[in-house]
Amino acid sequence: MKEIVILSGKGGTGKTSVTAALAHQAALAQPGRWLLADADVDAANLALLLEARATVAEPFVSGAVAVIDRDTCSDCGACEAACRYEALAQIDGRWQVDPIACEGCGACLDRCPSEALSLVPQTVGTCRRSETPYGPLHHAHLNPGQENSGKLVTAVKRRARAQAEAEGCAGLLVDGPPGIGCPVIAAVSGASLALLVTEPTVSGREDLERALATVRHFRVPARICINKADLYPEGTRAIEELGAALGVATIARLPFDLSLAEALAAGRPVTAHRPEAPVSRALAALWTTLQAPLGHTAGSA
Amino acid sequence: MRVVVASGKGGTGKTTLATALAQVAAETQAVRVLDCDVEAPNAALFLHPQWSSGAEVTRPVPRVDAERCTACGRCAEVCRFNALAVVGGAVLVFDDLCHGCGRCTWICPEQAIHEEPLTVGRIEAGWTPEGIDLAQGLLRIGQPMGLPVLRALKHWPPTTESASVSVSARPSPWIEIRDAPPGASCPVVETLRGADAVILVTEPTAFGLHDLRQVVGIVQELGLPAWVVINRDGIGQAPIDAYCAEQGLPIALRLPLERRLAEALARGQSLLAAAPEYRPAIRHLLERLRCEVSGA
Repeated sequence: MKEIVILSGKGGTGKTSVTAALAHQAALAQPGRWLLADADVDAANLALLLEARATVAEPFVSGAVAVIDRDTCSDCGACEAACRYEALAQIDGRWQVDPIACEGCGACLDRCPSEALSLVPQTVGTCRRSETPYGPLHHAHLNPGQENSGKLVTAVKRRARAQAEAEGCAGLLVDGPPGIGCPVIAAVSGASLALLVTEPTVSGREDLERALATVRHFRVPARICINKADLYPEGTRAIEELGAALGVATIARLPFDLSLAEALAAGRPVTAHRPEAPVSRALAALWTTLQAPLGHTAGSA
Repeated sequence: MRVVVASGKGGTGKTTLATALAQVAAETQAVRVLDCDVEAPNAALFLHPQWSSGAEVTRPVPRVDAERCTACGRCAEVCRFNALAVVGGAVLVFDDLCHGCGRCTWICPEQAIHEEPLTVGRIEAGWTPEGIDLAQGLLRIGQPMGLPVLRALKHWPPTTESASVSVSARPSPWIEIRDAPPGASCPVVETLRGADAVILVTEPTAFGLHDLRQVVGIVQELGLPAWVVINRDGIGQAPIDAYCAEQGLPIALRLPLERRLAEALARGQSLLAAAPEYRPAIRHLLERLRCEVSGA
């Protein structure tokens, strides 16, 4: 089974719009053979473009938070001395855990002389599976402010892979998070190919460089797709050169096209909403081009 | 006054707005900018600082003295992050999973575990030509956790001396502007901790609204006053106005979708250089923050 992860470094370059269009193209070329996953659990937007329905949700429990038993606590402050995350604060003379700062390590439990502290497991979000006209979608919702988004990404991918393998699917399309940290590493791990969607801006280029370095660090082959390529041709050339210097080919240049925004407002992949739009034609061509690095011949199973 | 510029969704214009706010504020007061997006810091691309100081950021990771270790497994047992495991009579440490809580070091009955610093990123700081004190954090490639870099950045002391500009010569009070990372998980919370006010930059699309809701959830939990800036006004039809009214969030500024602006920003021009007509509105936003947050 092949796994394509769509990344960018910088946020807002069009990852999700590209993923949705590729999902549509995959469904046209090989109906029922591709599964979809949204690994951007902080800002899970893919479902908004894929007419998702019939969601099955399950709470995701991960990590813990320290809780003080008010009746046993002597307010000695030993917990504060043990904590490296500034998660304990004194309010009106009484020690309190800031659940947002607490990482659930349990160091405070070791140091409390009155055994007033305990760790309580945390529900940090929800794992979801939805049906879409383009195939099943695995996604998640991270409760605002929670940590462990990398673990939630891993959980989403594990579920998607299990279904894909059980159903003998050809592949999995993963919409990745921005940045280069833990959720990105979780999204990249085990992928067959990373497609980096960037834009020809100075920040797009800078962030692409760091994202490419991350993908290479994990030895995943990469290709570049430049969105709004005609907005700043000089920037587009600079990105192509950066890619070439690193041995990463630019395989798509998408034009600045307001059809993308229209499709977003309509809640559909742009290739389904406006198949004749310039950006849709470029995205359809991108799907075909992607088959070669995956070891497929265009359109085959 | 500490102001965070956040958004939820990436690419809505956080850095564009944060740098414009800093440039306008610098005309009358001492300004500090912290680029808290340690995975993809971009403020320097628009503010052109001269880096004058910096430091590596480390976090502590456990190291096991094989001579003393009896492989009793107590360390692996207490570690909530599965960063230690006993395999074939020896303890293995997984640095990427370690949160550096220190528990394994004091729980070890043989005192066989000590901590060593592991470099996870870097802080860079310096002055911009208009006298803005800019500091950024850079997460090292392949490192999963940006929080230690972000915490070090927040504790980084202001750069006190500038060749061309004396901070003490500025008449009005000091302002710190933090450019937040995208998303709504722990790095965003850490950026917001200790702040006095928040500016939420969004776009009127379904994505913008969905991700804005996530950040508003955190901002409300922290009890911070917030203002909304709508960027690319006209690009979509998402009911941002109705949502803001319902949540009691004032809309402080609207920047229309213009290809001319998009092109200028792509080239690395600042918003103010590309569209100086927004200067009065940004000045007005700063005045509102000053009146309503610091009461000055």
